[in-house]
Amino acid sequence: MEKTYPIRHGDVVHRCFRCGYCKFPGDYTDFNCPSYKAFGWDTYSPGGRMWLIQAWMNKEITTSPHFAEIMYACVACDNCKNQCVFPKFRDFLPEIFEEVKEKLVEEGVVPPPVRDYFKAMTIYGNPYRLPRDARGDWAKGIDVPEFSAQEYLFYVGDVGAFDEVGCRMARSVARVLMKLEVSIGVLKEQEISDGNDVRTMGETELFRRLALENITTFKEKGIKRVITLDPHAFNTFKKDYPALGADFQVFHHTEIIAERMRAKRMELFNYPLTVTYHDPCYLGRHNGIYEQPRNILKAIPGLKLVEMQQHGIDSFCCGGGGGNFFTDILGAGDERPNVVRIRQALETGAGVVAVACPNCAKMLLNAVKEEGVEDRLEVLGITEIIERASANL
Amino acid sequence: MSDVLKSLIEIVGKNGVSTNAEELWYYSRDPGVLEPHRPDFVVAPKTTQQVQKIVLLANSEKIPVVPMGAAMALTGLVIPLKGGIVVDMKRMNRILEVNPLARYAVVEGGTSQGMLKAYLQKHHPELRHSLPDAPAATTIAANVSLHGQGRLSQQYGFNSDMVTGLEVVLPTGEICSIGSPSLGPYWFSKSPSLPDLSGLFLGWLGTTGIITRLGLMLYPNKKIRDVEIFVTDRPELVPEMLYRLTHLELLEDINAWFQPKPLVFKDNYQITIYFTGDDDDEVEFKRKMVWRALQPYMDSKDGGFMSIQYMKQMLLEMPQRTIADFADVAKGGGFEYSGPIIPIEHFPRYAAKLIELAEKYNLLYAGAARLISGGHAMMFAVSFAFNREDADMMLRVKQALDEATEFALQQGGIPWKPNFHEQRMILQRMDPNTRRILEMIKRNLDPRGIMNPGNWEAN
Repeated sequence: MEKTYPIRHGDVVHRCFRCGYCKFPGDYTDFNCPSYKAFGWDTYSPGGRMWLIQAWMNKEITTSPHFAEIMYACVACDNCKNQCVFPKFRDFLPEIFEEVKEKLVEEGVVPPPVRDYFKAMTIYGNPYRLPRDARGDWAKGIDVPEFSAQEYLFYVGDVGAFDEVGCRMARSVARVLMKLEVSIGVLKEQEISDGNDVRTMGETELFRRLALENITTFKEKGIKRVITLDPHAFNTFKKDYPALGADFQVFHHTEIIAERMRAKRMELFNYPLTVTYHDPCYLGRHNGIYEQPRNILKAIPGLKLVEMQQHGIDSFCCGGGGGNFFTDILGAGDERPNVVRIRQALETGAGVVAVACPNCAKMLLNAVKEEGVEDRLEVLGITEIIERASANL
Repeated sequence: MSDVLKSLIEIVGKNGVSTNAEELWYYSRDPGVLEPHRPDFVVAPKTTQQVQKIVLLANSEKIPVVPMGAAMALTGLVIPLKGGIVVDMKRMNRILEVNPLARYAVVEGGTSQGMLKAYLQKHHPELRHSLPDAPAATTIAANVSLHGQGRLSQQYGFNSDMVTGLEVVLPTGEICSIGSPSLGPYWFSKSPSLPDLSGLFLGWLGTTGIITRLGLMLYPNKKIRDVEIFVTDRPELVPEMLYRLTHLELLEDINAWFQPKPLVFKDNYQITIYFTGDDDDEVEFKRKMVWRALQPYMDSKDGGFMSIQYMKQMLLEMPQRTIADFADVAKGGGFEYSGPIIPIEHFPRYAAKLIELAEKYNLLYAGAARLISGGHAMMFAVSFAFNREDADMMLRVKQALDEATEFALQQGGIPWKPNFHEQRMILQRMDPNTRRILEMIKRNLDPRGIMNPGNWEAN
C-alpha cells in the first residue's frame, strides 16, 4: 500500500542527508541560516528541520510547542534552497517548512506571537492592531494621488502603511517615483494586506481571502500594473496571486526606478558616501533581483558601493522574513540575525546600509541602536539616498 | 529539574542545554545505518572552561560524555551508545591564529572545514589546508580524531599527521596542551622532539578526551589547479599506474574510483589526478609528466585520458559538493561507507569484493580510493547508498559493510572510522599485547569510563 503523508511534499523529506551545506553561504565564510546562527542547535538548521519533520510524520516525535518554535524560527530566506546539494528536491525545502506550519495552524499549536499575529490580522486586517481607516495616513504630507487611472498602483503593504520606519520609506519611494514622472496612484485606506507573511506562517485560508480581496479590488479599479514598496508583497503578488486569478503585472520599486534613472537623467549632486547594500531575501534569493538596486546606487556621483562578505545570493537575512518581523522568535541572544547583519555591515567600513525593504530597514535600524553604533552606521532606503543626493544634503 | 540539568545550565546557560524531545531525538543518531540511542542531555559549550566543567560534572556523576562535530563519520561514532551528555562542539568555532610564515593555523574544536577554508581564502590566499571531500560542515577536530584524509593527503599524509598541537580536556577534567603549546605560545609541532602524546588522542574517536583547540599545518595554495582523469577497464593495472604517478612526486591528489552509474562509468576504473602550479608553465610541465607516466598504458590500449571539460568545474570544487549526491542515488537520503586503509597493491581485490557485495546484497555502490603519503597506503571507500524509508535496504547495507570490514581484516587492512561493532572486530584480531596497551591507556586516562563509552571497548 502506498504510504500517505500529512504534507504535500512528505514523500521527499526522508531524502535529506543532513550534510549541512544548507546552513552555509556558497563560500562557507559563516553560517548563513539565521535560525541556526541564532539558536545554535542542529535542529534549527534546515537539515535538522527536515529530519525532525520526518520523525514527526513517522510519529517518533509529537507536535509540541518546541517543535512549533523550531518550525517558526525559519525566516523563509531561501538560503537553504540555494545551497542544498540535492537538485532533485532542494526547491521544495521552503514549501515543506510552510506545509508543516499549515498543519500546526490546523492543530492550533503555534507559538504565542504567531497566534497573536493571526488574531490581529483577522480582527484589524493588519498586525499593528490599528484601525483600517488609518492605513492611508502614511501618505500625509506628500502629494500622491489616490488611484484612478494611473499607469501604476503604488502598493505599500502593512509595514509601509503603519510602521514609522516603513512610512518614512514609503513616502520617500513615492516622492522619487513621482519625481521620475512615474504615473502612480495609491489605495490609502482601501489597501489591505498582501498576505505574504500570513502564507509563510501557514494560515493559508486567511491568505486566500486576502489575496482574493486584493485581486477583486485591483480588477474593479482597473489596476494592471503594481509597484510595491516591499519585496514581500512583490513576491506573493508575483508568485502566488496568478494561481488565484490575478492578471496584473508587478514590479518592485527598484526595478522601475533603475529603469527610469537610466532613461531619464535625474539631477544628482556629488554624494561622497560609502554605502553597503543589504539584499532583501524576497527581492534577491526569492526573485533574483540583485543588480537594479546596485545600479541605482552606482548612478549616484561620488557614492562608493562596498559589498559585505555575504551578499547577493549569499546575503544573510536580517531576520525579518517568514513573519519573524512581527513574531520576533529569533529576537533574543547574541547571534540574532539583525545584529549579526549589522556587524557584517560594520566590517565593510561603510557609513550607510542601503535597503530596499521596509522590514529590513526596521530590523537593521533596531540592531544599529542595540549595538550602539548610531554614530557609525545609518540605515537608509535607496530612495532616501537618492533624495539626499538630489537635494545636495 | 534534575540536579545534573541545573548544573549544566549553570555551566553553559539555559540556551546551551537541551532536554527537549526534539534535540534528544536528533542527537541520538547520525546519517548512517546504526540504531539511534537517546542521550539524556545535549549541551553546546562555547569555551574550553565550560567543556572542562561539563567533564568534571560528568566525572563526578559518572555520566557518559560524547563529543560531537557534524556527525558526518556516518559510522555512529557520536551516537551516545550509553546515553549521557552529547557535547555539540560547533559553537566553539573561532579561528584563533594563523602563522603565515610557519604555515599553521590554530582553531577551536568545533571549527568547520568550510570556515577555515573561507578564512584562509580571505585573509591568507597563499595558504590552504587539507580539505576533505566530506561536507564543509564537518569539523576539523573530528576529522583528525578519526585520522581523516583530505586533498593534500597524497602529499603529506593523513590529516592527523598535519596536527601541530592540541588542547584537550581529559576525561578527568584536566586541560592539557600537547606539543609545542605545552612549552610556549607557538603551535608549530605536535611532538618532535618530545614523546608524541598526540597519539593518545588522534584516532581514539573521542574516547580519551575532548579536543578544544588544535594547530593544523597549512600549505602553499598554488594559483592554478588542474585535473585529468585516466580511465582503464583493467583494475589489476591500477596499482602499477598509481605507483608510476606517485613516482613523479609532483601531484596534489590521486583518487581511483569506479561506480556503475551513470552508465558512462560502468566497468571502468577512473584515476583522477590533481596537480597545481603558480603559472601555466608549471601546470603544463606537470601535465606532460602525468601523460608521460601513463603513456605505456595508452600505447598498449589499456587506458586513456577522458575528455573532462564538462565536469572540470565540479572536479576542482573543494569540497566537492556533488559527492554528497551519492546519498540520493537510492532516492532515500543515505549512504555509508567502510573505508579500510590498505596497501595499494590490494586495490583490485577490494574492487572485486565491493562489486561482489553489491550484487550479493542488491545495493547501489561506489568505490573510491585516495592515496596517502605518496602511495604508502590508500583509503579504500566501500560505499553503499540506501533509502532511509527502506528498513530492509538499510539492514542489507549494514550486513554488506560488516562483511567488507571482515574482508578488510582478513586482508590485513585497517578499518577506518570503525563503528563500535567493527572496533570489537579489530580488538579481537589485534595482537593481545597491543590490545593491552590500548586498554591500559584508556583505563588510565578515563578511569571512570565516561568518555564516549561503548567505543574501543572489547565487550
